[in-house]
Amino acid sequence: MFEFDTVTVSRSLTAMTLLFHAIFATLGVGVPVLVSIAEFIGIKKKDPHYTLLARRWTRGYTITVAVGVVTGTAIGLQLSLIWPSFMQIAGNVIALPLFMETFAFFFEAIFLGIYLYTWDRFKNPIYHWFLSIPVVIGGTLSAFFITTVNSFMNTPQGFELEDGRFTSVDPLAAMFNPATPTKVFHVISSSYLTAAAVLAGIAAFIILVKKGSLYHKKALKLTVMATFLFAILTAVAGDLSAKFLAEYQPEKLAAGEWHFESEEGADLVVFGTLNEDNEVENAIRIPNALSFLAYGDFNAEVEGLNETPEEERPPLWIHYMFDFMVSIGFYTLGISFLFLVFWKMKKWNEFNKWLLWGIALTGPLTMLAIEFGWIYAEVGRQPWILRGFMTVAEGATTSPYVFEMFVLFAVVYLVLGIGCLLTLRKIFKGRPAELELEHRYPQTAAASKEDDA
Amino acid sequence: MSYEVIGISVLWFFLYGYLIVASVDFGAGFFAYYARLTKKDHLINQLISRYLSPVWEVTNVFFVFFFVGLVGFFPDMAYYFGQSLLVPGSIAIVLLAIRGSFYAFENYGSKDNSLYMFLYGATGLLIPASLSTAMTISEGGYIEETANGVQLLYGRLLTSPYSWSVVFLAIVSVLYISSMFLTYYAHRAGDKPALDIVKKYALFWSSPTIIASLTTFIALSQQNYDHFQRAMELWWVFGISVGFFMIALFLVYQGKYYGWAFIAVMLQFFVAFFGYGASHLPYLLRPYVTISSAVTNESMAIALIIVFIAGIFLLIPSLILLMRMFLFDADYVKGKK
Repeated sequence: MFEFDTVTVSRSLTAMTLLFHAIFATLGVGVPVLVSIAEFIGIKKKDPHYTLLARRWTRGYTITVAVGVVTGTAIGLQLSLIWPSFMQIAGNVIALPLFMETFAFFFEAIFLGIYLYTWDRFKNPIYHWFLSIPVVIGGTLSAFFITTVNSFMNTPQGFELEDGRFTSVDPLAAMFNPATPTKVFHVISSSYLTAAAVLAGIAAFIILVKKGSLYHKKALKLTVMATFLFAILTAVAGDLSAKFLAEYQPEKLAAGEWHFESEEGADLVVFGTLNEDNEVENAIRIPNALSFLAYGDFNAEVEGLNETPEEERPPLWIHYMFDFMVSIGFYTLGISFLFLVFWKMKKWNEFNKWLLWGIALTGPLTMLAIEFGWIYAEVGRQPWILRGFMTVAEGATTSPYVFEMFVLFAVVYLVLGIGCLLTLRKIFKGRPAELELEHRYPQTAAASKEDDA
Repeated sequence: MSYEVIGISVLWFFLYGYLIVASVDFGAGFFAYYARLTKKDHLINQLISRYLSPVWEVTNVFFVFFFVGLVGFFPDMAYYFGQSLLVPGSIAIVLLAIRGSFYAFENYGSKDNSLYMFLYGATGLLIPASLSTAMTISEGGYIEETANGVQLLYGRLLTSPYSWSVVFLAIVSVLYISSMFLTYYAHRAGDKPALDIVKKYALFWSSPTIIASLTTFIALSQQNYDHFQRAMELWWVFGISVGFFMIALFLVYQGKYYGWAFIAVMLQFFVAFFGYGASHLPYLLRPYVTISSAVTNESMAIALIIVFIAGIFLLIPSLILLMRMFLFDADYVKGKK
């Protein structure tokens, strides 16, 4: 049961910060890509609808990015405040990407500041679009660097341990550890996907509830197209991640899949429950699919959880996290594909009610999938903070005030969350897109009204 | 030069950068709120917001850069500072979080919300106060190493004259630096009514800065005599700093060369800050951590220095671009863009 011991509270506080930060970090990495695409299409097609889209997304983005920046600062400091012993030893080996992340972040911050305030300062709009490139690069590089640190915690390398001290440190080997390629790919593609799905969800929702205009329909088509493409990328990345786990971190895959005994031609267990003897019940079993997922071969042998010493096994409930994440991923891929089919088939109406509700749902669902995925990644590493070298209990602070800090931060995140929502509402409620279109681009507004009629 | 000296110099330089840009930002928040209370906000708040809007996020990064770099170059500091600063550090994070996000909420969402303005003004003074705790405990005597790890002695910290004099110095410096900058910026914008107000602020906060510096020196002699003596050996450095202070004050009083006046303020703090830093060495945290005991391994140090140099080549042009567009673009400053 829940105990107020320092380690548990330290973990809870870090989990809370990360789960809250993940929302804003994901949007922070993904939204600039969509903004940049929309602005580019707007310039190429000379269609102010897309330019307005980029402008309005950016306006919302500044609010989420502000919360992302401050919660990112929080997690950056909390790493040292809550996990001082971990940072003391990890700092020796993995400080390089952490340091580079601040540069990427710096770079992004500078250009975001310029981008925001220079919409009408250039004669040729393509110059303004150029400014979006460093924002995209900065955000994606930040994700890259910070993910290498997380990868290092899963598959540490690039040092030798002698009498509790790290020697022969190779910072690049530590950064480019075995987990890095698949993890980076998965984190970045899923961030793009989630940002696209959230924006598609908003467009679909507005068309459903407020009827929407040509502007919203263009927004929906663009974002669903992006969702579909990024969903394919994310599925590939997820598949590669499973293959990585099978080879380098088999206990995480085994716990996630409820795969206890090593066997060839292993079944994939989907959902289900565990009885008192840890036997799987009520599950859907896909024959040989786990072997295929792990090695691309239906008969390959997959290591079971029983090979791992009992005290080094992650908790089994992460199975649900994995299944939820994957289910949402496939749902998003499917529904966006369906929309594209309806769109291309002239006779079918892609704006029918059920399809739109299905798209609207992908917004919150993909964000949940991000959270489930991170929970799976982090809890699946337990009991380690640095796999094979240091447990979370050894890394945690011994300060007696962690619980008070937990309460303090819970209140702060609540206030930030509410403030963020209220501000977003305030920005967009008083200024519907149609009005802004009329105000900024009267000709386009008149033309699109005729189209609507 | 050894890696640890390069490392600490780079970090100290960034902390100095943060001291200047953050002070401008923190003080501006306070002045904006104060002007509102005294019904003068229509005169200066436009000016303040034109400067702050594009740069607030950049300010934050200086700070992140400093502490990430500190952990990178001197990993032992992560343990000692992390373990002892949990509470003051968390309070600083919370204040920074509230400040940063509510600035965005106010600026892009609900304009002129009184509560947001108040939070922005209040955090501007509380953040320097809470961050200065880290400086205070680095003097030693505020933490103890127990069987249960390093612990901060809260009672001693809260009753220490040195700790309060540092807080006082931090707050008045913020107001002084900020009002000096705003004086320059108002002049640059050709905004006479705003200039008259912020110039008054600047002159008002100048003498408390020097008084607070002296008090802090006296309190330091009580807290850490050894450090005090080393600082006294560098008396000429602090003398130069006072010289720059006089130049800045004289120029603002005369009402000309506001740009040079602000440069003199920057030099005043640069010299004093490096004088303080030099006399603090070799200790990072007395008596537990010195730069040579805490420094990271050679390969990491080299990697960090290479990245740092590459990063500078990326950042300096970007920063110049930002400054040219917002700080030194006369039309933008005057509100025409």
